[in-house]
Amino acid sequence: MYTFSNKLKTFSFILMILGALGVGYGFMTSHKSFEEVEHLLAEESHHGGGHGEEAAHNEASHGAHATVDTHAEGHGETAHTEVDEHAKHIKHVQHQIANRPWSALYVAAFFFMMIALGVLAFYAIQIASQAGWSPVLFRVMEGMTAYLLPGALIVLGIAAASHFIGHNNIFIWMDPEVVAHDKLIQGKSGWLNIWGFIIRGLIFIGGWSLYRHFSRKFSIAQDTAEDKSNFKKSFRISAAFLVFFIYTESMMSWDWIMSVDPHWFSTLFGWYVFASMFVSGITVIALITIYLKSRNYLEFVNENHLHDVAKFMFAFSIFWTYLWFSQFMLIWYSNIPEEVTYFVTRFQDYKLPFLGMVVMNFVFPILMLMNADYKRIPWFVVMAGLVILFGHYIDIFNMIMPATVGDRWFIGIPEISSVLLFAGLFIFVVFTALTKAPLLVKGYPFRKESEEFHY
Amino acid sequence: MEASKVIHAIYTDDDILMSAVKKVKEERHHIEEIYTPFPVHGLDKAMGLAPTRIAITAFMYGLVGLTVAILMMNFIMIEDWPQNIGGKPSFSYLENMPAFVPIMFELTVFFAAHLMVITFYLRSRMWPFKNAENPDPRTTDDHFLMEIAVHGNEKELESLLAETGAVEINLVDKAH
Repeated sequence: MYTFSNKLKTFSFILMILGALGVGYGFMTSHKSFEEVEHLLAEESHHGGGHGEEAAHNEASHGAHATVDTHAEGHGETAHTEVDEHAKHIKHVQHQIANRPWSALYVAAFFFMMIALGVLAFYAIQIASQAGWSPVLFRVMEGMTAYLLPGALIVLGIAAASHFIGHNNIFIWMDPEVVAHDKLIQGKSGWLNIWGFIIRGLIFIGGWSLYRHFSRKFSIAQDTAEDKSNFKKSFRISAAFLVFFIYTESMMSWDWIMSVDPHWFSTLFGWYVFASMFVSGITVIALITIYLKSRNYLEFVNENHLHDVAKFMFAFSIFWTYLWFSQFMLIWYSNIPEEVTYFVTRFQDYKLPFLGMVVMNFVFPILMLMNADYKRIPWFVVMAGLVILFGHYIDIFNMIMPATVGDRWFIGIPEISSVLLFAGLFIFVVFTALTKAPLLVKGYPFRKESEEFHY
Repeated sequence: MEASKVIHAIYTDDDILMSAVKKVKEERHHIEEIYTPFPVHGLDKAMGLAPTRIAITAFMYGLVGLTVAILMMNFIMIEDWPQNIGGKPSFSYLENMPAFVPIMFELTVFFAAHLMVITFYLRSRMWPFKNAENPDPRTTDDHFLMEIAVHGNEKELESLLAETGAVEINLVDKAH
């Protein structure tokens, strides 16, 4: 049995408290009055750099020669010629500033939820495929999926709260005023409406949590069972869950992520989000396994298991890149205006995170984890894993932020605190769940094979 | 030509072969070669063979392929005749890079795979019309053969091999 060390528990509480304070600070400072924003923009226009970006952003929406005007003084004039334009611009920026703590919270909440969801899918695949190497890691995975129910409810809760408490700070299609003037969103309102969103979300979460609940129950029941009936049951529900999962995951990605840009759509988006959650989930399995192993809780796990997990990290990093590139290249190549704006805003305002994440999620893992010997060295896998995790946080950041805060993004106190808050919660929930059951599945038919697994 | 003698010990089970290899290595005899009808897992480790470096060569061949693809596309599409084809930006390689990635990828894989296979053939001396170097045709079906060099210690070796479960032990003159 695992005992939650007091040090780690205190650590998770410190993370949560620090995070909560920072999130609170983010919300307190994000309410700027019209005059404050006006003043802020006037300040910025004195500095060449910030002003140039602003101009590029404005001009890009008109589709005109953005690059030419970037460093010229065009912006000051165009924005000030008409008072209406000016007020509209300030309103726009004011809204973006107000969105920032909401989006920061949402990105972090989604990031940790998707780790748990990715692990749940991985766990179901391991059972459905009757994998012989992984049963010694099942309890680690089960512990991690304990975060799914609270985590997913928090994501849905933030999304709903941004409508009911905030002023539609994440999803503009939730704003009836926006919809009233937007033919495109009106056409989609059969799907994109707040109650449909919440009900669908509850169905997704309900289905995932039911599978999680029963697979955990059967897994623990199998420890003391005389026959293999629990194993058979968990095999069947895993197969059924995987079918349910791939549909709901896809719809979840439209609802929870793609709909922040309600004018944009992409067919492989669900797969792309799946790849991101899968590789992050596997990476965290590796990190927690290495941590528990270093505390001598997993004698039965050896470097061969680590090697296999690291292979999954490597392979799914490449899979993620494949989907990322397929989405990007198809849109870049055909350059259809209604689709390509998605990448235009990302490329102009988010160049460093957008390209940096490709380096962190592809170039780094492919070079670091290619060598078979390196995949067996714990500290090496930890370093590679941290880079991959950070890269996938940036990935989610790149999906949400451009639609909500636009070029007003920064990784500052609201973003870091949100990550700390949910990291603390994740650690607390997961390691509490790990104490609830022995760390080795006993009666599982492939346990012996897994214990003696070597590669 | 100096004639030297080798012992051929024949086994019919891969598990027995593995334990025999371990025993022979323990007694510090040099195993010249082992012939098996199929890959026996762990045999290379038991024999103490050095790990293969073919993966490293494949990595380098892949880099060669990537370089070839980049230089080729850069010369053809950017330097030699930078046409406007459907509005694609052919001003610099980077600007048009996404369109070249499929080629870069495929050539990397092509070079890595084919050159690695050729390296494998060269290093293991395999080619069409090559004479088979098989001392006993049964080793391609269901027998395992261990070849050990003899340096005047044939009696000792024979008794050792008989102990390990060899079903047949032959002393063979081998012309080098």
